[in-house]
Amino acid sequence: MKISEKFREGKEQKRSLLIGFITAGDPSIELTPKLAKALVDGGVDIIELGIPFSDPIADGPTIQSSSMRSLSNGTTTKDILNISKKIVEELDVPVVFLTYYNTIMKMGIEEFLQDAERAGISGIVCPDLPPEEGEEYVKLAKAKSINTIFLASPATNDMRLDNIIDSTSGFLYMVSLFGVTGTRDLFTEYSSQATKRIVERVSGRVPVAVGFGISKPEHVGNFTKLGVDGVIVGSAFIKIIEDNLDNSDLMLEKLNKFAKELSQATRN
Amino acid sequence: MNLKSQPTDGKFGTFGGKYVPETLMPVVDELEEKYNEIKEDEEFNKRLSKLLQDYAGRSTPIYFAENLSKKYGGKIYFKREDLLHGGAHKINNSIGQALLAKAMGKKRIIAETGAGQHGVATAMACALLDLKCEIYMGSNDVERQSPNVFRMKLLGAKVHSVKSGSQTLKDAINEAIRDWVTNVESTYYLIGSVVGPHPYPMIVRDFQSVIGKEIKEQFPKITSQQVPDVIIACVGGGSNAIGTFYPFLDDECKLVGVEAGGLGIDKGKHSSTLSAGSEGVLHGARSYLLQDEDGQIQETHSISAGLDYPGVGPEHSFLKSQDRVEYVSIKDEEAVNAFVEMSKLEGIIPALETSHAIAEAIKRAQELGDKQSILVTLSGRGDKDTPIIAKHLGNNL
Repeated sequence: MKISEKFREGKEQKRSLLIGFITAGDPSIELTPKLAKALVDGGVDIIELGIPFSDPIADGPTIQSSSMRSLSNGTTTKDILNISKKIVEELDVPVVFLTYYNTIMKMGIEEFLQDAERAGISGIVCPDLPPEEGEEYVKLAKAKSINTIFLASPATNDMRLDNIIDSTSGFLYMVSLFGVTGTRDLFTEYSSQATKRIVERVSGRVPVAVGFGISKPEHVGNFTKLGVDGVIVGSAFIKIIEDNLDNSDLMLEKLNKFAKELSQATRN
Repeated sequence: MNLKSQPTDGKFGTFGGKYVPETLMPVVDELEEKYNEIKEDEEFNKRLSKLLQDYAGRSTPIYFAENLSKKYGGKIYFKREDLLHGGAHKINNSIGQALLAKAMGKKRIIAETGAGQHGVATAMACALLDLKCEIYMGSNDVERQSPNVFRMKLLGAKVHSVKSGSQTLKDAINEAIRDWVTNVESTYYLIGSVVGPHPYPMIVRDFQSVIGKEIKEQFPKITSQQVPDVIIACVGGGSNAIGTFYPFLDDECKLVGVEAGGLGIDKGKHSSTLSAGSEGVLHGARSYLLQDEDGQIQETHSISAGLDYPGVGPEHSFLKSQDRVEYVSIKDEEAVNAFVEMSKLEGIIPALETSHAIAEAIKRAQELGDKQSILVTLSGRGDKDTPIIAKHLGNNL
């Protein structure tokens, strides 16, 4: 399913989309499709599947640990491409990759995109690739109808933002704060201000989804009120995985329940 | 292709660039702008020169190592960066960037360190210029370079022991970048080597080029030659090497960069990025990396913490691709032997990092014969390494 269709659906239903992140291969590659299903059954609209990297500089301790668990299981990029195909086929939602650029570069941009396309991946988020360095990647992805989801942050000024939007398809990933991924209790005023500013400047050119730190239904509700088209939750889901490593049934149940709570908050 | 690049697009050939999270893009752009402005500023340069002279102890002499030369052949010279304040070349860059940070109105400095030399140099510069200083250091390195950890603390810096990943320099950089993204408005990231996103590799190179510039001036005065036949420097990230090589890129002399061979490239436990790595993107730049077939960064090994890094400065990758610099690998054991030999023959205890370059110089001296001159940048002194060497040689301190 296309990302744009999903956002259109959200708009019709007058709600923001819930985008759920999990790391492929954590706690195991076999369990990954089940985790995705638990999230989607709970109301997650788009699955963001993390390809673990040894040096995830944009991530806080929770996703770092998750990446390490996956890598220590021996998860490879090929394993993830295989499992993605399964997830895409079983669940009727768009699946996007979150990957650091070295993973793409090592395989070769063209080959990576080709395999991603074959697996049915709808888009790619690459947190250490600014549009300035991504010209070829954007060109090749466009040819394969894979969305290039670039990031904006509170530090991004209007001029940069316009350039980023030009390279962005699917949705714009708005980083809510100065910092790395990880759950937060509260958001400060600057996050709201920055979100409002960016939503206004984008003014519908692409959907805007906000992420980093979002870990409670009230966060989802608050950002939805600020006019974003989607909210991204990662570390809060990963924490549930981390806390239930010895009981996968409970893990799935809790993920599903938490997704439901978050999903309810997407209706403004 | 012009070897002496002053990149405006942040690229050395295809290497380098700005591969950083969006939050940092405006910051590196601003840094680039500010640096380009300030490097032409007379006041700034005057202040820098004065501090390098009166505080750091520049210029450093070139020393003819008579005993080493007699034993192994050739004429071996050392550029004595070990005599600088703090005991290593690192202060050249730390003072320069700390002044730059100050000019940008930043109040808090963060830095990564491997062997601790850059941490110490940065802590000194921050004490001097009244800047708050926090150092990230892998917990393995905290343990093996404990004398430097205490020095940093004495100098008023806070030292964060990094427990993630391989707990060495690579992980210290990861953690420093995470801090930077979080505190971007107040904080200046003072990178200690020619790595990281543009403009850092260029800035650090420029500040370290004082080494090569001085050699160029001094060498003809003490020898009958304009330039040495061979110039050798060790390469971790590669800052003392690029600072040494850069002014000589257009000259007729052989340039040799020495990486850490650890237990041997064939054993898979080493840090010889240029000799055994492949292209990739890490810590903000495209360069050679030690990585597996999936692009996961591999753990490295070297007896010297300062060379224990799976990446290398993008300009070195460029110079390798242009065949301008030859990059070789020296094993732990050879470096330890050179460390001991240098101490006994010349009365100079060199840093373990530098000992790799000395080992290569000894090798080449034997091959080249008496007429050839070899200049080695003695990037640091080895006091910090005496516990490691004692342990390695089976002595209790």
